[in-house]
Amino acid sequence: MMKAKNKEYTQWGERRQSRMFTRGLHLDIPLLLSIIILSAVGLAILYSASGQNDAIIARQLTRLALAFTVMFIVAQIPPHHIQFWAPWAFGGGLILLAAVLLVGEAGKGAQRWLDLGFFRFQPSEVMKLAVPVMVAWYLADNPMPPTLKNLFIASLLIIVPVILIAKQPDLGTSILIASSGVFVLLLSGIRGKHVAAFMALIATCTPLLWFNLHAYQKTRVMTFLNPENDPLGAGYHIIQSKIAIGSGGTYGKGWLNGTQSHLEFLPERTTDFIFSVFSEEFGFIGIVCLLALYLFIVVRGLYIATQAQSTFSRLLAGSLILTFFVYTFVNIGMVSGLLPVVGLPLPLISYGGTSMVTMMAGFGVLMSIHTHRRLLSN
Amino acid sequence: MARLRIKDHIRESRTFNERAAIALALVIIMIFVLLARLVYLQIISHEHFSTLAEDNRVSIVPIPPTRGLIYDRNGIILAQNLPAFSLEIVPERVSDMGQTVAAIGAIIEITDDHLKRFNKQLQQKSAFRSIPLRTHLNDVEVARFAANRHRFPGVEIEARLVRDYPYSHLTAHVIGYVGRINVKELKRVDAANYSATHHIGKLGIEKFYEDSLHGTVGFKNIETNVVGRTIRTLERTPPLPGRDLHLTLDIQLQHIADKALGNHRGAAIAIDPRNGEVLAMVSKPSYDPNPFVVGISSKSYRALQSDIDKPLFNRALRGQYPPGSTIKPFVGLAGLENNIVTTDTNIFCQGWFSLKGDDHKYRDWKKRGHGNATLEKAIIESCDVYFYDMSLRLGIDAMSDYLSHFGLGKKTGIDLPGELAGILPSSHWKRQKKGLPWYTGETLISGIGQGYNLTTPLQLASATATLATRGLHSRPHLVKIFGSRLNSALAPVAFEQEDRHQIATDEHWEYMVEAMVKSVHSIHGTARAISKGMSFKIAGKTGTAQVFGIKQDEKYVKEDIAERLRDHALFIAFAPADKPEIAIAVIVENGGSGGAVAAPVARKIIDQYMASKPSS
Repeated sequence: MMKAKNKEYTQWGERRQSRMFTRGLHLDIPLLLSIIILSAVGLAILYSASGQNDAIIARQLTRLALAFTVMFIVAQIPPHHIQFWAPWAFGGGLILLAAVLLVGEAGKGAQRWLDLGFFRFQPSEVMKLAVPVMVAWYLADNPMPPTLKNLFIASLLIIVPVILIAKQPDLGTSILIASSGVFVLLLSGIRGKHVAAFMALIATCTPLLWFNLHAYQKTRVMTFLNPENDPLGAGYHIIQSKIAIGSGGTYGKGWLNGTQSHLEFLPERTTDFIFSVFSEEFGFIGIVCLLALYLFIVVRGLYIATQAQSTFSRLLAGSLILTFFVYTFVNIGMVSGLLPVVGLPLPLISYGGTSMVTMMAGFGVLMSIHTHRRLLSN
Repeated sequence: MARLRIKDHIRESRTFNERAAIALALVIIMIFVLLARLVYLQIISHEHFSTLAEDNRVSIVPIPPTRGLIYDRNGIILAQNLPAFSLEIVPERVSDMGQTVAAIGAIIEITDDHLKRFNKQLQQKSAFRSIPLRTHLNDVEVARFAANRHRFPGVEIEARLVRDYPYSHLTAHVIGYVGRINVKELKRVDAANYSATHHIGKLGIEKFYEDSLHGTVGFKNIETNVVGRTIRTLERTPPLPGRDLHLTLDIQLQHIADKALGNHRGAAIAIDPRNGEVLAMVSKPSYDPNPFVVGISSKSYRALQSDIDKPLFNRALRGQYPPGSTIKPFVGLAGLENNIVTTDTNIFCQGWFSLKGDDHKYRDWKKRGHGNATLEKAIIESCDVYFYDMSLRLGIDAMSDYLSHFGLGKKTGIDLPGELAGILPSSHWKRQKKGLPWYTGETLISGIGQGYNLTTPLQLASATATLATRGLHSRPHLVKIFGSRLNSALAPVAFEQEDRHQIATDEHWEYMVEAMVKSVHSIHGTARAISKGMSFKIAGKTGTAQVFGIKQDEKYVKEDIAERLRDHALFIAFAPADKPEIAIAVIVENGGSGGAVAAPVARKIIDQYMASKPSS
């Protein structure tokens, strides 16, 4: 169903030429610039981490180009169109997830891929966007704060896909999707007592989740709790990663000079552990700059959310940007030994395609929300 | 919906802004949590993790030093390092190991033993480290593989230095050999210095001069990646090669001595009496030391060990034989110096001697006796009765005291490991070792070098050298010069000399030397057979040592006794008699007569020496 009250229209003529130009392209300049800088840093560090492998850089550049294109296209879609298609996307995503469990292709011991003949993709990526969109769509219909009944239904909308993804098994993604849905709930202004009840629910679910974890997932958690127990096995990743980060020191070893990564002590150095390479080569100073950049993107995203003109847009923008931060926090937390290794990439920097495209589509949504605003007055 | 709720956009927006502000605060807090963690890792624990990273990265690889070479006194090489070829495979470069090994087996012989060792290492070593499949390829095998090399990527011929003894049997008992270092030996040496060394001197010169020959290990710091593959060398300290040794040994003389002993078991030693340099040292039979370097098969080793002729036994150094009559010149000097006899003292020999109140007959080798004999005649004809009589009056302890001046009963201190001391009996010795009193009869047989007396061939040669120089004793030694031939700063080895002139008067020295000359050059001399066609004079003394005790009134008939129970034949000599340059001791096990079997060996050595006087 469609809501006419948020009908958008564009304003021409009252803006300076350049603003008009970007507005016309539906791009948010501060967000775009910071994403480009982050991607450039990512390419530089990937060049080092991959052992100066031009082929990998070329592939990553192709993916970036694709991701920026997707972002640009998504930015052109007005938020109310997104809102309109929300239930369809969510429903389709659920069917695809079920399909993956039935006929999906296994990769590295987990069933995540769906082969459509010409294209292989992970339906869980669709759900990264579809879940917050769906929850925002559902809640936006009702007055805020949501009632307990609304909350219950919204929770179901979150839990069903999360369980399906956790079954694949893909713990990292399911946690992310769960948090993106939960962010919508929290931002919608649910009452404190509901938050408390929700916490209690999570607390009771955690043991259930634990018993449903796969052995390798349990090992990862146990390893996180005490990596030195198994220095050559499961703890190896974490120990080597900590050595890489720690040996970087304040100023780092310099670009292309990281010994841990170049001598291959560091596993998964182009993907999940790329932050360790960055820390080793650029040191604490580099990390502060990098985190500042991430913080800037988060602040800009939250700003966009507060400036949004519909409940749906607000909730969606807020959830997307906070999920982006969770990505960053979980990745840095896990490589530095604060969190268990759940296998999440560092957004915009790690090597890899699908999640980057999803991420950029999310930024596209943010830009769309910001640039399709109806200007109220001067 | 129980009651109608109206959407309040202003309020919703405000609520959202509040929530967004809380979220931002949480984001900032979480960023600070991350920063705190990174401060801990990168600033507080930086030192710790830096060390771990460095440990990851750098490993020290020792480089073995080249072992010093061993030359004879004329610069002929006796121990060298030869490149040995081995066939090695880098597993990661071979796609189908089974097929590759089988294909190699078609052109080069690969036994099950080789395969077993190879497969064991295949499981233990990293895939990029080369593993030897076959060692010690011969030239034909190397050539055959080289022709087929294109078929075997990842298979290489590697050259390593392996100790080689070109004179094999001829020098085995002097030079010894190196072998794989074992745990016990590793404890004895500086483990760091041997970290790249696989071999250590096990016997002979190789063992005695291990420290000089080995050299000092070098090191390189290499950067390795996670699987230990070398990325680059960061720093290199080259090893210091071991020092070369120049022996006093003359390989020509050694060869002659070896040939002269023929197929007999025995030993021959030639010493330059002027300085103690060992010119030749042969122990027969011998063995090929080369298989020991690469690891002798247990079958071959058992065969050597169980050989009745004991080829591994170094008779020159460790063979302890009764000296027999070769002890007489020394005992004679003891009689003269102790004033028991004079040069004119006559003793009648009736063919046997007996103690008062005892009907045991101490027999002379000559059944009818030598008649009236002076000391000179007793040496020339090797009269036993003279020495029975004189020894009885001298007493065992005076005899023992005097003989010890010639080094009997003591190690000579030669620069070889494992030397034995022999036995110079005395009443004190017998009480200590056997807990029994000394019997007078034992003095008599000690006087002719039987009974408890045991000497090594080396001891006899060393004592003969002291006799030759009339009392100048030099410790026998085998190493003449340390250092490389290319090195101008050669370091000659100094060995102490000891003046023992005072142990006999000049008159007595000359008297005894003259008697020994006559034992070779006079018609009654026991070694007269070797005197023919000699342009110089040899002083010598034959000896026969009993292996098999014959009963009273029984006649010793050589042919009747099994070969291994026959007497040992001995001969000591030096030449030229007036100005000695070479002193010799020869022992031929079960040879029978010293004059007939041992003396000709000495003659051949002396002839060779005089014909080609070695440079000194």
